[in-house]
Amino acid sequence: MDTLLPIIAGAIFATGIYLLLRRSLILTIIGIILISNSVNLALFSLGRISSENPPLIAAGSLEPMAPFANPLPQALILTAIVIGFGLLAFALALAYRSYRELGTVDQDELLQDAEDTSAAILPKNGSKEGGNA
Amino acid sequence: MNGLLVLPIAIPLITATLALLFRKNSFLQRLIGVTGMAALLVSVLFIFRDVHTDGIQVLQLGNWAAPFGITLVADMLAMLMLGITAIMGVVVAIYSIYDIDRERERFGYYPLLNILIMGVNGSFLTGDIFNLYVWFEVMLIASFTLLALGNSKNQLQGALKYVFINLFSSLMFLFGVAMLYGMTGSLNMADLALRLPEVENTGLVTTVAMIFMVSFGIKAAVFPLFFWLPASYHTPPVAISAIFGGLLTKVGVYALIRVFTLLFVNDTGYTHTILLWVGGFTMVIGVLGAASHMEFRKILSFHIVSQIGYMIMGLAFNTAMGVMGAIFYVLHNILAKSNLFLISGIAQRLLGTFELKKMGGLYRHYPFLAVLFLISAFALAGFPPLSGFWAKLSLVKAGLSIEQYVITGVAILVGLLTLFSMTKIWLSAFWGKVPDEVPDHFGKQPLFGAGSLYILMIPVMIIAGLIILIGLNAQPLLEFCMTAAEQLLNPSVYIEAVLGPQ
Repeated sequence: MDTLLPIIAGAIFATGIYLLLRRSLILTIIGIILISNSVNLALFSLGRISSENPPLIAAGSLEPMAPFANPLPQALILTAIVIGFGLLAFALALAYRSYRELGTVDQDELLQDAEDTSAAILPKNGSKEGGNA
Repeated sequence: MNGLLVLPIAIPLITATLALLFRKNSFLQRLIGVTGMAALLVSVLFIFRDVHTDGIQVLQLGNWAAPFGITLVADMLAMLMLGITAIMGVVVAIYSIYDIDRERERFGYYPLLNILIMGVNGSFLTGDIFNLYVWFEVMLIASFTLLALGNSKNQLQGALKYVFINLFSSLMFLFGVAMLYGMTGSLNMADLALRLPEVENTGLVTTVAMIFMVSFGIKAAVFPLFFWLPASYHTPPVAISAIFGGLLTKVGVYALIRVFTLLFVNDTGYTHTILLWVGGFTMVIGVLGAASHMEFRKILSFHIVSQIGYMIMGLAFNTAMGVMGAIFYVLHNILAKSNLFLISGIAQRLLGTFELKKMGGLYRHYPFLAVLFLISAFALAGFPPLSGFWAKLSLVKAGLSIEQYVITGVAILVGLLTLFSMTKIWLSAFWGKVPDEVPDHFGKQPLFGAGSLYILMIPVMIIAGLIILIGLNAQPLLEFCMTAAEQLLNPSVYIEAVLGPQ
């Protein structure tokens, strides 16, 4: 496992990079998902994989039975997975919204510079102006 | 142990929650937004007093002794950054009262702003590298949403670039953390500082240092990783632009300063030389980019990049003087840059556009605004007696004292070019003749009094006042920055504060 996991993580990372460089926004997102997973795998294997006792403390004892497995990498990955999940959900929503607004998922067309950059901050229907000015 | 250290994280969280509860009532939201930031500023001042008199303050969260639990560490650098963050929070909260429309308020502008500040404060305070990653993500998700809030076409375009490049940089960061953990078995930064020199494979440590440099470099927008910044920072409302342009990239700079003074100091000949080159190119390319644009906020965005170069250069010198200059530069730049963004917002309110070609006549009709612009622009370019002068002076002195003549010369030259693009804005927007098509209120709407933009003017005047104050009386702040630099270059103080006497 110690050699296999890093290789798998590396392969997934490479696939992710390839997808990241594609023009379709959806493929880019899938690329980010793959990279995210490969980094989690790397974190997991860098925490050293071993088949030992679970890190649980038996009743009446003060420390777990040695040799016990390291629980920290799993806690880290769990945190990273949750964070990654939240960010990807946002990225997907953003991509969907952009598709609805701009009508394409091709990044060349999607990211052409808008001419009028002040459009973003002019309030709709002057809602705020009415309140203050 | 100092319990006050949780406040800079807890206060924005409480404020965000309260603002969320009253999200339909915009008066209460604004009130909560401004008071929350003011409370944050007060709490930071209290901690600052402790750090100033008693040295580095530490809080072991949950009473788990370091290196096992998460540690909050407030050294001088963290405190200076927290202080400037709180000041920016207050002024931007005031500015937002007028600048942010009802629609955005209803969709959670104030809660998001506070979550963003919470993430920034957490990043400054934490002493745990994985926790730093978590705070970065807190900051990122809030900034993503703030950037896209409003869903206008070019906001979405800006957000797409910003989101994907930042997601990638976070993953690089996480991978770097994984490598550090794999090599040393620790995540506490003080503990890492002790264990990294013991790692046998020094090449691997340098590799990890480069991973961190790329990841934080993307966040700090250094050459050649800055392209996302000028593509996105000019799209959201001005209040958001100002807090992004002022603060967010500086968090990346802070992280670079932290890891390259505390963790990766074993191969400075290699890493800091790269940093020096990066700093030089960032300065030059950024300022050239600014020279080629004709849109107010795009020019300012490119200047963010250029100014980041100075900070990286100071860090790369790796002397007390250089790091001191870098820290001072960060503080001064947050003020000057945010103020320019805020002024651009007022100019746009008056003239209806950010395009310099369609602007003009601001000096004739609003001379006071022009003076405020001049103060910030001259500070940015480094004119005495404003804050930027002392920042540049200390960096130039630091460069000359270690005989880095070429890069110091470049830094001075870039200062001149900065002045050039500030002059460009001045000539067209302020001195230029009034354009043919202007909104009806141009020239008639006063800056103060009834029906005016005074809510937008207050923050600008506060910051301009601070810039002059720092310029005329730089000594106290320079001394604080010197203390911060000395603490950074002598990591044993930091390590001892976190882990106890070795």
